[in-house]
Amino acid sequence: MGGLLESFLQHCLESVNAIQQKREAAKVYGGCNGYPRAMTLIDLANPTKFLSLTARLLPYLVTGTAIALAISLYLAATAPDDYQQGATVKIMFIHVPNAWLSMFVWAVMSASALGTLVWRHPLADVAAKAAAPIGASFTFLALVTGALWGRPMWGTYWEWDARLTSVLVLFMMYLGLIALWRAVEDPSRAARAVAVLTLVGALNLPIIKFSVDWWNTLHQPASVFRMGGSTLDPAFLIPLLVMAVSFTLLFATLHVAAMRNEILRRRVRALQMIQVRATSGDVSAASPASPV
Amino acid sequence: MSLGPYASFIVTTYLVTALVVLLLIAWIVNDFRNQRRRLRELEVSGAVRRSGRSATER
Repeated sequence: MGGLLESFLQHCLESVNAIQQKREAAKVYGGCNGYPRAMTLIDLANPTKFLSLTARLLPYLVTGTAIALAISLYLAATAPDDYQQGATVKIMFIHVPNAWLSMFVWAVMSASALGTLVWRHPLADVAAKAAAPIGASFTFLALVTGALWGRPMWGTYWEWDARLTSVLVLFMMYLGLIALWRAVEDPSRAARAVAVLTLVGALNLPIIKFSVDWWNTLHQPASVFRMGGSTLDPAFLIPLLVMAVSFTLLFATLHVAAMRNEILRRRVRALQMIQVRATSGDVSAASPASPV
Repeated sequence: MSLGPYASFIVTTYLVTALVVLLLIAWIVNDFRNQRRRLRELEVSGAVRRSGRSATER
């Protein structure tokens, strides 16, 4: 009986040791099940680890974006003229990716807003705040390049039709969010108000997308992402899609860099508050709200 | 490569886009340098993070 108990205890001890070793191995690999993984999703919630990741990622993103933009500019330059529009079809390769990204960036901000409101992810409002000026720039470019395309093709720079007006509203919403962030000093307090407004503003995205179907507009209906496939010839479709990928890479690069800046800005703010607290000797002075 | 009668519109489109993208890049790079400089100044003046780690560490 004593031998049986001893053997059972020995077996338990070996099992515990084996589990401990597996856990240690998982720590070394940074993952589980023995699979090496550089960084888990949970780790990304830590701003310091995120900064470390961006330092490694940014050189690759910059290089990839530069190569992709060079290829797409070459494809745009060598694309044939359209039988109706002539060489002005080259404006499409710039205008359409900017228009897509103007909506895509708002969608990214909406996902971040959910992260702020539902999961209170520490990087969610950093991501949204960093994306807003970039999204506003793409929207501005969509409006300007659209006007420059409209003048020779429609005979006017601007028309108050549903597509153009809804994109102008999107641009104003971007500016409104940027202004709100600047108006509220504490970023974590601003984040919740901005997150709610971002989600409300997301209602504009389907309006922009389907405005050309719901109303009679001067703007042409969808010709790439539509039921029944694209109506564009591959000679135009391929340069357009390559340019869209390049601009998406450009956004990713700028966004990661801007997020890094925002984390550093919050560290500056936190240190300033610590300094103020130290000089005033008041422990109850405002404490840094964001864990950066 | 001939751009036809509307060459000025096409060239302006590409130039405006390049200008805005370059301004964005310049703003982000400049902002990064400013934040790093401010953090270094704060650390030199004796401000320390709650974790005790350097604020400029990556």
